[in-house]
This record gives sequence, structure tokens and C-alpha cells, in this order.
Amino acid sequence: MNPVIRTDQLTRHFGNVRAVDGISFEVPAGIVFGFLGPNGAGKTTTIRLLLGLLEPTAGRAEVFGLDTHTSGGQIREKCGALLEHTGLYERLTAEDNLEFYGRVWRLDAAQRQARAKELLQSFGLYDRRRDNVGTWSRGMKQKLAVARALFHRPQLVFLDEPTAGLDPVAAAALREDLQNLVSRQGVTVFLTTHNLAEAEKLCSQVAVVREGRLLAVGSPHSLRGQENNRVEVAGRNISATALAALRALPEVTGAELRDNTLDVTLLPGADSAQIVASLMQNGVLVDEVRKGRASLEEAFLDLVEEEEK
Amino acid sequence: MITDIITMIGKEFKEIFMLRGSFRSTVMNLLIIVGMAGVFFPAQMGPLWLTNPVGILTWSWLPLFLVMGVVADSFAGERERHTLETLLASRLPDRAILLGKISAAVLYGWSIAVLTILLGAVTVNVMHFSGQILFYPLVTFFGAVLLSFLAALLISSIGVLVSLSSSTTRQAYQKMSMAFLIFWLLPTLLLQFLPAKIVGPLIQTLSRLNWTQVATGVIAFLVAANVLMLFFAISRFRRDRLILD
Repeated sequence: MNPVIRTDQLTRHFGNVRAVDGISFEVPAGIVFGFLGPNGAGKTTTIRLLLGLLEPTAGRAEVFGLDTHTSGGQIREKCGALLEHTGLYERLTAEDNLEFYGRVWRLDAAQRQARAKELLQSFGLYDRRRDNVGTWSRGMKQKLAVARALFHRPQLVFLDEPTAGLDPVAAAALREDLQNLVSRQGVTVFLTTHNLAEAEKLCSQVAVVREGRLLAVGSPHSLRGQENNRVEVAGRNISATALAALRALPEVTGAELRDNTLDVTLLPGADSAQIVASLMQNGVLVDEVRKGRASLEEAFLDLVEEEEK
Repeated sequence: MITDIITMIGKEFKEIFMLRGSFRSTVMNLLIIVGMAGVFFPAQMGPLWLTNPVGILTWSWLPLFLVMGVVADSFAGERERHTLETLLASRLPDRAILLGKISAAVLYGWSIAVLTILLGAVTVNVMHFSGQILFYPLVTFFGAVLLSFLAALLISSIGVLVSLSSSTTRQAYQKMSMAFLIFWLLPTLLLQFLPAKIVGPLIQTLSRLNWTQVATGVIAFLVAANVLMLFFAISRFRRDRLILD
């Protein structure tokens, strides 16, 4: 299946600043694709390039097989977007905001009314639909902006930090909605977020960017896997002898004892059974062995640190 | 394209009527302006308001200054309130956004101008009824209606250009106010300082003017200026520039 998004050495400079610096990646259809990076990494510029709002300095990008430089209008036709700001008309009501964008996407009156009701109810905003949006809380505005991005049932949605400002319950509900959108309707979501736990839960694939450069791309599992060499052992009677014996094993590169838990670092590909055997031989009563997998956050920080070096 | 322009006009109108914070306050503001130009001045001038074209041609311009406030807010306001990028990320074509904003400002100013002209005739008939219903000479009436349309369009086109390059509504409004103050006040002030030997013949020449010819000339000038300004506004509208500004 053709990817929904494909970039090839996509580059955008602003004077001497390389906001996006030769990034190449593909986004398959029907997944949540996480675009992760610290502030100023080039995430927003990438979205603007993909929507055809900015011209690339070099390289190219395709969305739905259309060149973003020459077919921006056709691309925007099929996309929904929640950008850096909510983009809501605060002097208008929630209904007016949705009504306007419904008309923009040429939904008929019955569709607009039904869809507005459906989304406002699902986001818990229906009772305040006739209030000016300017009187709403930040979280409510954020929910409405997400509703607006999804209003016309786009095939591809760009969401720039969609859960920022949402309370944990609303954020969880939104994540569930996004998952349903992807699984039931086959929508592709291009998501930027600082919340790596969120990316881990939601995204099938992630790309890590820093200072405009792509550091890694793949599934969260594969990115975490790069650090899959830690083992945690919880037990009793962990003596200094047992610890020394453990450190002497050729496959062990480090071992630290913290509150009856051993944090052991192994050589890549090493078998953890050896360390359990060694500990038992030295009188340790092993309660639990947990194969350590770095969280996406740790993998992300490692990638960023590596790049800094 | 037409549907998209109408969609933009609808949204703009909703925003215009909330421009002063609430619908009520905007309507009150409008009533004052319409009251001045459509009731107060015609009542003062009486039937002369309908027969002398100078009054109507002068005061029918007044509501058009409303256009300035609306059009200054068009792009600069959207940029200031962070709604512009979302609008630009929608499927609306460039021209629909631009022409929608210009059309909304024109319709707003022009409809108030026409309302004021008609209200002026009603006021004169109510306040100075002399047994028969009076109305403007048709040439004057249609001339004023056409002039106010062309003037609203010109102000809107210039205003959109100013708004496109301004970071806030206030900045856009200040730039436009300065330009229009110079345009309106400078000739009046200069007239005060002209020596009597120039002013006398000037007034005589003005009084001998054929106002139909003057109006035709002004209309021709406005049409040309509008075409030029619209062309310029369309060529200046670029999504990437708007986002980066």
C-alpha cells in the first residue's frame, strides 16, 4: 500500500536557520504516527510543509501521492489540522465555529447539524454550545479545536500537541477517540507531542527529530529495543559476594544494588539466565526477574544525548 | 468558488457584529452613524438634502469609514488572534478567502450607505412634508449608490492590503486612518491657507461645474483604482508569506 506521507530530503531554511534539514520518512495509511522532538525541533514547520503552507527550500514531500509544493490545495482538501494554536473564533459560539468549518468543507446543513451534535456531545461540550468560545477554559477550547479538525471526517489529520491543556480524563478520552478513529475509520493521524507516554500508547510508528534532523524512525517497540539490555532482579540476601560474582560475569557490564533490587546491565544480546544462576549459587533468594526495556522517554533522551555528542 | 466566498462572507458578518464585544454594542454604534447621516443632517437641511447633490454625495461617504474598522481587522485581526493559520490550512482557495473578506467589508459599508441614503429621503418627507412625496433625482440617487459601492470597494481593497502587512488590527487601523486623514483633511486645510485671489476663482469654477460630469469622472477614476487595487491585493496574497509574517 502506498504511504500517505512520503518525504525525501525535505529541507526548509529560514535564513541561516535550518528548521527542517533533509528529513526522509514515510507514513503508512491508517496509523497514528508520532512526530517527537524538543521545542524548536522543526515539528510545526514540517506540518506546514506537508500541508503545502510553506515551500521547501530543497527536497520534496508527497501527501496522498500529491506534491505538497504544487498541489497544496488538493492536499488540504483531504486533511484536518489542529495546529500550534486552537485557531478558534473566540467571539463566536462553538456552534458557529463548527458551522463555519462545516461549510468550508461543503457539508450540507443536515450533516453539519448532526456532526456538530455528535462531536460536541462526545467531548462533553454540548451544553455550552451557544456560549462564545472566548468564555471557555483552555481545555474546552482544545477539545473544540480537535472536534473542528475531525469535523469533516478527513482521511489524514495533523494534530499538533492535541492533549496540551486537557485534564487527564479528557486526554485519555481523546486518546481513545483517536484510536477508534484509526481502527474503525482507517484515518491516518500525524501527531506531534511532548508527552512520550502518550506517544507510546497511541503511535504505531514514531519519528524523533532534533534541530530539524531526523534522529530515528520506527515503532516505539523498536526504538525502546535499542536499549533492551537491562535486567531488574528483586530478591533477598543479596550479599557483597553475590554482587561481586555477578559483576565478574563476562556478559555483565554493570550491576547496582538499590533497595533489594539489582539493576543489571548486560552486553547486547546476552542471556539473562546466567545472572539468575549466579545469584542463586551465591545464596540470593530471587523473588522476581524483570527484563528491563527502556521506556520511549529514555530511548528518546538517549537519542537526543547521542546527537548532542 | 462563489460558495466559498459566500461561506467567508457569512463568517465575516458574524464576526463584524461581534467586533465591539457584543451584538448590542455594535448595533448601537451603527444606529448612531445611521442616525447622524440618515436623520440628523437631512432633517437639518430639509428638501435641499434631496435636491442638492453635494449633501448626499458628501455624507453618503460617512458609513464607508465603518469599512475601515472592519477591513483593518480582516487579516491583521486573524493573525493577532491566531486564527489565520487554521483558516489558511483549510481547503478554501486563496481567492475565496481574500474576496470573501473584501466582499463582506463592502457589503457591510455599502448596505449602511444605501440605508442612510434611503433613510435621508424618509426623514425629509416626514419632517418637511409639503403635500407631495419628495425623492432624489434618479441620476443623483443611482450616482450616490454607485459611488458609495465603488468607494467601499476601494477602501476595502486598500484596507486588505494594509491589513495583510500589519501585525495587529490597531496597527492596520492607524495606518489607514493616517492615510484617510491626509486624503480628507489636507485639501480642506490647504484651502484655508490659500490666498483670496486663488480661492475666489476656485469657488467660481467649482460652482460652474457640471456635477454629472464630475460624478462620471469620479466613478471612472474609482473603477480604475478598484481594478488596480484588487489585482494588487490578489497578487500580494501568499499563504507562506502570511504564515511567516
